Amino acid sequence: MAQRPAARLSVNGQSHEYHGDPRRSLLDVLRLDLGLTGTKKGCDHGQCGACTVIVNGRRINSCLTLAVMHDEDEITTIEGIGTPDALSTLQAAFVAHDGFQCGYCTPGQICSATAMIEEIRQGWPSAVTADPADKPAVAEAEIRERMSGNLCRCGAYDNILAAIRDAMAQTEAAR
Amino acid sequence: MSDTYDTPDTRDMLDRTRQGVIGKPLDRPEGPLKVAGTATYAAEYVRENCAEGVLVGATISTGRVKKIHRDLVMAMPGVLGVYSSERMLRRAAQGTAGEAPEQDVSKVDFPMQPVALVVAETFEQATNAAKALQIDYDDQSGDAQFMPQDVDAEPAADPITAGDLDRAMRDAAHSVDLAFTTPGHASAAMEPHAAIAEWDGRDLTLWGSLQMLTYNVAELADSLGIDPKHVHLLSPYVGGGFGSKLGISHEAVAAAIAAKELDRPVRVVMSRQQVFQSIMRRSETEQRIRLGCGTDGRLTAFGHEALVSNLPGEEFSEPVTQASEFLYAGENRLLAVRKSDITRLTAGSVRAPGEAVGMQALEVAMDELAEAAGIDPVELRKRNLPDEVPGEGTPYSSRRLVEALDAGAAAFGWNKRSAKPCARREGEWWIGMGVASAARVNILAKAEARVTLTADGHVIVETDHTDIGTGSYAILGQVAAEMLGQPIDRTTVRLGDSRLPSGAGSGGSWGASSTGSAVFLACEAIRATLAQALGCASDDLLLQDGKAWAEGVEPRPVTDLLSEDLTRTGKIEPGKLMEKVNQSTYGAFFCEVAVNAFTGETRIRRMTGAFGFGRVLNAKTARSQCIGGMVWGIGSALTEELAFDSRDGHLVNHDLGEYHVPVHADIPDMEVILLEERDPHASPIQAKGVGELGICGAAGAVANAIYNACGVRLHDFPMTPDKLLADLPDPFAPAA
Amino acid sequence: MKAFEYDRAGDLAQAVGSPAMLIAGGTNLLDLMKLEVATPDALLDITRVGLNEITSEGAGLRIGALVSNSDCAAHPRIRADWPLLSRAILAGASPQLRNKATMGGNLCQRTRCGYFMDGRSPCNKREPGTGCAAQGGVNRNHAILGASDACIATYPGDMAVALSALRATVETEGPDGIREIAMRDFHRLPGDDPSRDNVLKPGEVITAIRLPAPIGGRHLYRKVRDRASYAFALVSVAASIRMDGDRIDAAQLAFGSIAHKPWTDERVEKLLVGERPTPALFGKAADLLLEDARGQGHNDFKITLVRRALAAVLAEATGE
Repeated sequence: MAQRPAARLSVNGQSHEYHGDPRRSLLDVLRLDLGLTGTKKGCDHGQCGACTVIVNGRRINSCLTLAVMHDEDEITTIEGIGTPDALSTLQAAFVAHDGFQCGYCTPGQICSATAMIEEIRQGWPSAVTADPADKPAVAEAEIRERMSGNLCRCGAYDNILAAIRDAMAQTEAAR
Repeated sequence: MSDTYDTPDTRDMLDRTRQGVIGKPLDRPEGPLKVAGTATYAAEYVRENCAEGVLVGATISTGRVKKIHRDLVMAMPGVLGVYSSERMLRRAAQGTAGEAPEQDVSKVDFPMQPVALVVAETFEQATNAAKALQIDYDDQSGDAQFMPQDVDAEPAADPITAGDLDRAMRDAAHSVDLAFTTPGHASAAMEPHAAIAEWDGRDLTLWGSLQMLTYNVAELADSLGIDPKHVHLLSPYVGGGFGSKLGISHEAVAAAIAAKELDRPVRVVMSRQQVFQSIMRRSETEQRIRLGCGTDGRLTAFGHEALVSNLPGEEFSEPVTQASEFLYAGENRLLAVRKSDITRLTAGSVRAPGEAVGMQALEVAMDELAEAAGIDPVELRKRNLPDEVPGEGTPYSSRRLVEALDAGAAAFGWNKRSAKPCARREGEWWIGMGVASAARVNILAKAEARVTLTADGHVIVETDHTDIGTGSYAILGQVAAEMLGQPIDRTTVRLGDSRLPSGAGSGGSWGASSTGSAVFLACEAIRATLAQALGCASDDLLLQDGKAWAEGVEPRPVTDLLSEDLTRTGKIEPGKLMEKVNQSTYGAFFCEVAVNAFTGETRIRRMTGAFGFGRVLNAKTARSQCIGGMVWGIGSALTEELAFDSRDGHLVNHDLGEYHVPVHADIPDMEVILLEERDPHASPIQAKGVGELGICGAAGAVANAIYNACGVRLHDFPMTPDKLLADLPDPFAPAA
Repeated sequence: MKAFEYDRAGDLAQAVGSPAMLIAGGTNLLDLMKLEVATPDALLDITRVGLNEITSEGAGLRIGALVSNSDCAAHPRIRADWPLLSRAILAGASPQLRNKATMGGNLCQRTRCGYFMDGRSPCNKREPGTGCAAQGGVNRNHAILGASDACIATYPGDMAVALSALRATVETEGPDGIREIAMRDFHRLPGDDPSRDNVLKPGEVITAIRLPAPIGGRHLYRKVRDRASYAFALVSVAASIRMDGDRIDAAQLAFGSIAHKPWTDERVEKLLVGERPTPALFGKAADLLLEDARGQGHNDFKITLVRRALAAVLAEATGE
């Protein structure tokens, strides 16, 4: 039997060593071991997106991955994106456009959108890109499709879209 | 200050105050916490030495637990206890029950009903042990009925009848007689049900995800057999409710029992699957709607009958015909709901019980009658708004349905609709438009709130009311800031703590108007004291930005009038007005859809809603409630359906992968028109509820648009591609 | 979740022949492990063994088994020459899942049959010999072709449907060495042993997917589903169609969510080649494709839906 390897996680720039139960999901390590409860558990099966975090620049469902598999990975959670007193542009736009109601899906929406904006900038295609060979347009249909891995049962989608568009425009203008 | 609401408050108080924050589209005060992930939900409190509990569901449909093989599981790593007691809940409590629901988990009422709780040191140990727990059953499923049609249904209430419906149908110039079905729905709030229970001697503290703390304290205390004074509930943030958290559920009682036994805190979070399998479903319905009108389009016959279901012994029945009682004319009437007792999980309140499914069927029937009569569907609705509630003679309070239909039609461009289906094709897609009315009952509920104006000029609002995403934090602060003339950033709202005065709780769309009125009344009492100090009549007092004055009285800082904190409690109870005047909320939906000519997939292209629901307390959060409701309407129209196995009653699609709530890509641009009105009959703040109105009829507009697009008239929701396919026209045929 | 031993493989050799369950993206395996539908005693993490490059092989392409779905879909050559593959991947799951899911793992994803997933109903796939609760149950999304009395489940994925149309191959390395399996032969029909989804042998590891030289033409992936996104297909059609003037010159087709494997039928492809595209021709192709199709009740509609989805795809691809 191999000795269980530990995992050194970098979470929001802070280093953590995890050598607990290998069954524990990255989500549960964040919530239970590190006290980073901004990342939410909505379904625990990759069906809602509430647990979205950014790992090495990419958004993933933290519920469907084991913490031990993230040795040396750079993980960004909602707590690493902004704080109530220093919100990111996107977080502030969510407040201004009421891009949430109950707030439970919200950290996942914001982590997801943060990474999505980068994916569009890098020219990744989506299912609604007319020709995958083309650089995608920054159109509403593109954003809706790309955000479809994040459910919002309160139905704030229209406002979430407005918040994302606003934040993208602000960021673009600041460039 | 207490007020049984018997006479309408027509002072328009909130229009005469000066602060100018009421109704404004202000950001939610708790917004920064929610977007930064620091708002704390039930499962997220850090308690020293907290153990983890996982519920175990029954693998039979109905029967009894014979033996639980505890020993094997107790020997597993980290396992602390296996609990299965006569106090644990078989069912969740219905909304406003205020007492324990069915207890004793040695009985099984429905498939996957919780029968035990396994507690371990860690979540992983507990879930694994819960799976491993062997239970022997006395399976009595052989006698059970799983399909509502297979049971002799009983009337859920006395039918409402007037005149002779059959004869009126025969005599009508135009009539429709239609059968509809709607499937079961799940609330599917994003936060699963969760509780952390901790005892200090005889006192229980429970962090829960709950909508109505006053009732929940009573339910939990009764379930545990303790005095309510020993129960302290905390629920400051709730990750969505939609009815599913009105009453306490399995996890709260189980956590409390285990925590007592183990003498340490216990957290129980239901899995997403368990929430689907054991928390309230909306009943499926079968509906028959009969409408008849004269050549002038005026309704003479109005019949709406429904079959719903619930578990044996549950009184709740989906009130399908609720809006049919008051919405449209028709002197010959029959409204009736029957209920079948079947073995499926408990049916209860899911956002807008009754209207959510009743209105979508009625509004399709109205569309068909309009077509039969050759009258524009908007016009047909306008022609059939009665002067008083049919059969009752009760007058209406405010009803801006005509304005909603007209404003919605103008904004949407309804005049561009072709009355004939299959008139517009864009590539593979048929394009069509539909309309529906919105209607929902309005309720004022008992509520209490405490407001403090501090000596240094801060406003503090306190009540055990909850904010489940509805905007309570925002609007209660706005009412108080407006009344007391303080800037909104000097206003603090504290909610979700059962030790605070009893708010109305979030449910039935009554939270804002009821608890808002309690805040208003508390502020009136504070104003009276301030007026006295200033030396003017209370109604003459003017307050703004921390200054107080009156006609002929020089402005003074309010703090000069205060020697200490000034605290008053406001209390409202529903009174005679609820009976004397019909107070409902209204609106209209307009929807454009595209239906794929080949595959029958429907995509919503745009949607407009216009709504009148009394005073708007915060235009931003009110609009959010409306778009949320419309999203639910789209889900109900196109994607949402609980699928039960007819052989044993178990829910097959018990997760978010297979129960399809709408995703971003399903939802188009949404336009919301808020029709300002004052309804002094509804509440002292002249506001009504808006949390549910946005669903009530929305799916009908979608269905009508589908028909207008492609000519396929469906009566079975949701309108998935499989149902459209059979009747779709030849995709290669040119457009008509 | 059942307890397991976890280890990380340092190289491919450690994974080949290992009795442990291999885990890479884990998006389906962990889902099933949480439900205890999958209960491995040991997990071997292969995410650090390489196999994550996309390299040209002549006019074709070799995609490492551990390339993420997202990277594959966004790869410039795939977008240019095999857009069908990009489209199919992007039609599946969500961006978060595609970022994690790997090419090899995606091929191994298991059915979404509710009776398989619930961990307790009779299911010959999960527990051989217990029966099939989907027959007579809720079977709206089950197979209409190639099902057996033992199992009517479908393969739920999208990517493999495109790869089947494109005549990709799967490269594996096992204790007996390296072999190349035609994508169209990789997944199995259920027969009397539905517990096996594909032809992988114990200890055999998927190392790469190979795409043969592109044939050009129009590449379309049509996924019909209940939601506009983030839902499994009711049916899907993968098509690569090349025209020569007004006639179909080459046709590659595969169909998803109608059978226990991505469904292909060379007879249908042959029938189309050399013909002028017309609605009548599309109808004949569907007749042939569906001659043995059989519904289970709730899924009868799929027979009509496949016919119409195929017509839509062929009409769009041929400009008819």
